[in-house]
Amino acid sequence: MKKSDYIIEVKNLRKKFKENMAVADISFKVKTGEVFAFLGPNGAGKSTTIKILTTLLKPTEGSVHLNGFNVLKDKAKARKSFGIVFQDQSLDIDLTAYENMYFHATLYKIPKADRLEKIKKLMEMVDLWEKRKQIVKKFSGGMKRRLEIARGLLHHPEILFLDEPTLGLDPQTRQHIWQYIMNLNKSEALTIFFSTHYLDEVEKIADKVAIIDQGKIIDIGTVKEIKERNQTLTLEEAFIKLTGKNMRQEEGDNLAVVKQYLRKR
Amino acid sequence: MFSTIYILWLRQIKRYLRSKSRIIGSLGQPILFLVALGFGFGPMYSASGQGNFIEFLAPGIIAMSIIFTAMYSGMEVIWDKQFGFLKETLVAPVSRFNIMLGRTLGGASVAMFQGILVLIISTFFGFQILSFSGLLLGFLFMFLIAVFFTALGTAIASVLEDMQGFQLIMSFLVMPIFFLSGALFPIEGINRTLYYIIRINPLTYGVDGLRQSLISEGYFSLGLDLVVLAILAIITLILGAKLFSKIQI
Repeated sequence: MKKSDYIIEVKNLRKKFKENMAVADISFKVKTGEVFAFLGPNGAGKSTTIKILTTLLKPTEGSVHLNGFNVLKDKAKARKSFGIVFQDQSLDIDLTAYENMYFHATLYKIPKADRLEKIKKLMEMVDLWEKRKQIVKKFSGGMKRRLEIARGLLHHPEILFLDEPTLGLDPQTRQHIWQYIMNLNKSEALTIFFSTHYLDEVEKIADKVAIIDQGKIIDIGTVKEIKERNQTLTLEEAFIKLTGKNMRQEEGDNLAVVKQYLRKR
Repeated sequence: MFSTIYILWLRQIKRYLRSKSRIIGSLGQPILFLVALGFGFGPMYSASGQGNFIEFLAPGIIAMSIIFTAMYSGMEVIWDKQFGFLKETLVAPVSRFNIMLGRTLGGASVAMFQGILVLIISTFFGFQILSFSGLLLGFLFMFLIAVFFTALGTAIASVLEDMQGFQLIMSFLVMPIFFLSGALFPIEGINRTLYYIIRINPLTYGVDGLRQSLISEGYFSLGLDLVVLAILAIITLILGAKLFSKIQI
């Protein structure tokens, strides 16, 4: 079977939660090796879309193909095709950095003989090999992010999903993280699908941008095309022009849930 | 398949062994029960011609420490849901049944280890194991109790979102299950309504089986205890796997 030029194909995707249409009929394609930015205000449907793309949520309607595999019918093959860095931290903080990597290697069935070498290579890439025996609980936010990126790449995926990967990190760490990722994009033709609120980052690195609001894609194209269409000087201005100046409701993230729990105790 | 189950099992074990405060803290309640009830009701129990109360009580307290630890595994599912680690396992190209099985076996091993610690502590209070074969059979019952309650905790946690709700359900479930299992008092001659409640309680068969294995005293036949507990453990595992596989984050 000849694979399509597009490594991600999303067709008429909808997701409804009770009465709320979180994703309302979106379609887009991402080329192999492309750096694709998925932008939108809080609650626009970004995280829901990423969850559907990464098999964590079932869509109400529509189809998603990753690397040629339908995420509903060929779940395991689709899952092998991507690595992911979630918006919220997803490491086991009671395990060491190495154990977190080893856990992932086992889940993705990386042959035992190759595990150490692959883990070492990636942990060296993110400058964490020396810290491999440390419990992750003691890591800084930036170190945890770097470890998650290394973990997401361990099984050699074709696509790397990054849901706000640099959120809450200092500019130096953000720069380092993007450097690792862009090197991989260049050297291994890794497709990058990411969401962020730092639009300056998008301007620098994205080949293509999709802006989603209220569950619909309201603009898609290169940064240049979007700026030209909206007659703005920066992507941020175009973004505000398209999505409005009103502040949006924050999505109830995990941290908020935990904070609420702790407050009630 | 086995590598997935093994790595999830190993994770539970490592997390448990690294949490010294959890190991020590969870021994407090069983020791308190052994001291307060064992020595408090012991003389009364002996005076009524029933024998040594510690001998009767210890299997019940062992079962108690197992179910409390086993149910805690459910809490870990919610914890992993809220702190994101569950996502890492749910996007992996492995079956969710294997993930659930690995987690359950890990949680059950931890609970069983906790039960063995309480068994060792009980011997310092005068509890005597009758035979080595009885001890091995006791381990089997401890394992089945642990699997059943870990799977039950996981099944409940799979449909809940917050720890408060889970804790609430646990306190409404665990305490009645424990108190109405014949762990603390003999079933013979008990009020009829209470008797039927005790008969439908899964832990009753676990406690009875443990008692028969360790001290050769029991109410039901050993075979019945074993069959009921094994069937319930399998059913709960299947139910837990079904609910776990439906988790959407």
